[in-house]
Amino acid sequence: MAWNEPGGSGNKDPWGSRGKEQGPPDLDKVVKNIRNKFRGVFGGGGGGGSSSGGPSESSGSGGGTTVASIVLGIAVAVWGATGLYIVDSAERGVVTRFGQYNETTLPGLHWHMPFPAERVDIVDVDQIRNVEIGFRSASGRAEGSSGLPQESLMLTQDENIIDIKFAVQYRLKEAKDYVFNVRDPDASLREAMESSIREVIGKSKMDFVLTEGQSQIADSIQRLTQEIIDRYRTGLQVTSVNLQSAQPPIEVKPSFDDAIKSREDRQRQINEADTYVNDIIPKARGAAARLIEEANAYKARVVAEADGEASRFNQLVAEYHRAPEVMRQRLYIETMETVLARSNKILVDTKGNGNMIYLPLDKMMSQGNVSAMPAPPPMVTIPQAPGDTGVVKAPAEQRSRDNLRSREVR
Amino acid sequence: MNNLYRGLVVVVAVGILASLSLFTVEEREKAILFGLGEIVRSDYTPGLHFKIPFIQNVRKFDGRVVTMDAAPEEFLTSEKKNVIVDSFVKWRIKDIAAYYKAMGGDERRAGMRISQIVKDGLRNELGKRTVQDAVSGERSQIMDNLAVNARRQLAEFGIEVIDVRIKRIDLPKEVSNSVYQRMEAERARVAKDFRSRGAEEAERVRADADRQREIILAEAYRDAEHARGEGDAKAAQVFAKAHQKDAEFYALYRSLSAYKASFNSKNDVIVLQPDSDFFKYFNAPRPRK
Repeated sequence: MAWNEPGGSGNKDPWGSRGKEQGPPDLDKVVKNIRNKFRGVFGGGGGGGSSSGGPSESSGSGGGTTVASIVLGIAVAVWGATGLYIVDSAERGVVTRFGQYNETTLPGLHWHMPFPAERVDIVDVDQIRNVEIGFRSASGRAEGSSGLPQESLMLTQDENIIDIKFAVQYRLKEAKDYVFNVRDPDASLREAMESSIREVIGKSKMDFVLTEGQSQIADSIQRLTQEIIDRYRTGLQVTSVNLQSAQPPIEVKPSFDDAIKSREDRQRQINEADTYVNDIIPKARGAAARLIEEANAYKARVVAEADGEASRFNQLVAEYHRAPEVMRQRLYIETMETVLARSNKILVDTKGNGNMIYLPLDKMMSQGNVSAMPAPPPMVTIPQAPGDTGVVKAPAEQRSRDNLRSREVR
Repeated sequence: MNNLYRGLVVVVAVGILASLSLFTVEEREKAILFGLGEIVRSDYTPGLHFKIPFIQNVRKFDGRVVTMDAAPEEFLTSEKKNVIVDSFVKWRIKDIAAYYKAMGGDERRAGMRISQIVKDGLRNELGKRTVQDAVSGERSQIMDNLAVNARRQLAEFGIEVIDVRIKRIDLPKEVSNSVYQRMEAERARVAKDFRSRGAEEAERVRADADRQREIILAEAYRDAEHARGEGDAKAAQVFAKAHQKDAEFYALYRSLSAYKASFNSKNDVIVLQPDSDFFKYFNAPRPRK
């Protein structure tokens, strides 16, 4: 075949270093032969030259034949060199021989048979590609992007309209499929994406989309899209579907916000009520405790007072039984003494006297009042109480000693 | 020299002959070989093939999956609502000979034919369904029906319909506005509901708290009164026991205590007659009868 013909030295270096790795074995041998044959003949040269072999016609000697062969050889070499190509680390080369798929080459320097036998399509497989549905961002970011209502507005199952934006990432799974099967695979992916987004959203209720269903929806969209593009054999792989935003349309946004606010309002009202509860219940418990403690205090006091008075009386009764009349007299007189000493008194001897006596009682009372004003209002039991409990608490012998004196005080 | 010339001539001649009699079919192509206008062969696989120069010629067509994206159109649903449907069809040439005969190899003609069939199908399918069904429940079924229908009708043209998909089902603008109004009303209802329910729950909580307070206080009152009663009873018991020892003396003692307690301020005015027992000696120091 044609590439078996001698080649030029201009292409030696890449062949020498790379030929072993990828060229077919016979090619490698050919290269070696060419090198051995022409090394001595010319140094570096070997520029253009046409494949028609025109220049060789003018030379009419054996040397001319050699020159013609050389020129022809260079032409063939240049032609052969057009088959060299480099596949980048992120790329794959899809090689077709006479239109038929031959192989997919990995990153590195490769050679394919020159035109018209083989050709190569180099495609980027590792690069993550993006599709934006519902918006177009200036620099691949969602913020600062412009919305596309005709793409982003869609109907939900409950016949509401929702504004939803997706960013989709995908990459090549199968370079061969990508190159051969579909005209414009990337556009196909976008179409499949749009269609499956609407299908999934159309099967979901609005509240679900807006709230808890977002990741689930993204998942089913990814699955459905992958299914569709696999059916077309696009050779693409959807790597992620990101829901950029799911919102009610701008026209109804205020009322949605208000509904969200109302939820907060409800919580706020409940919290306020809880505050009220936390305020009054402990206070009520406190008040209850006070009531009970007061009652207990009352109980203890009443019992203690009763005990004290009873004890006092009991001791007195014992003495009384020894000399009843004397004690009666004494007690009576002492009491009267105390009473009269404290009170305003008027002694009136009316016996056998029919005269009217003028007693300005009201005046005397008011005088008494004035003098009594600063004093605490008179109470019958209370002032008595502390004194009595004091007596009860006092040691027994001291009390018996004090007995007489306390009685005198009274 | 002569050999070289001869060689060159042979090479050139072979090249010309080859370019006339050889042709390649790419992976993405379908090819038809015509012999004097008649289809000779159409089942080429990708690769290098022969033809007879001048008599036979080859036409190649794109064999990849292509998209027929129809413009969005309005359709009526079963409840006489308008919906705008945007759909696309993925198809490719399956039988190139049939395709060529039917469409003359013109992709636009094929696209128009496909779009007509799909449109008819859509009108038919949507006319049987409500908006709700079309949007959600039976969307995939509609697409399947459309695909089956299109496949059946287009198979004779050598066209393979891979997929018919509905991209969009939307409501016309004026309907959208009423949808928005409905959505707003619905949100307002929700908002009202939340607020009223908040008020309800708050009131409930408050009432419950008030009740608890009443109960706490009442129970405390009950216990307090109970304790007071106990105290009073105990005291009465103690008094009664003391009283039993000498009832008469107790009466005297208690009365005297009461006098002392009653007359304890300067406000009390006592008008006395000197013939009381206290004044027995007031007028006469000698014992009276």
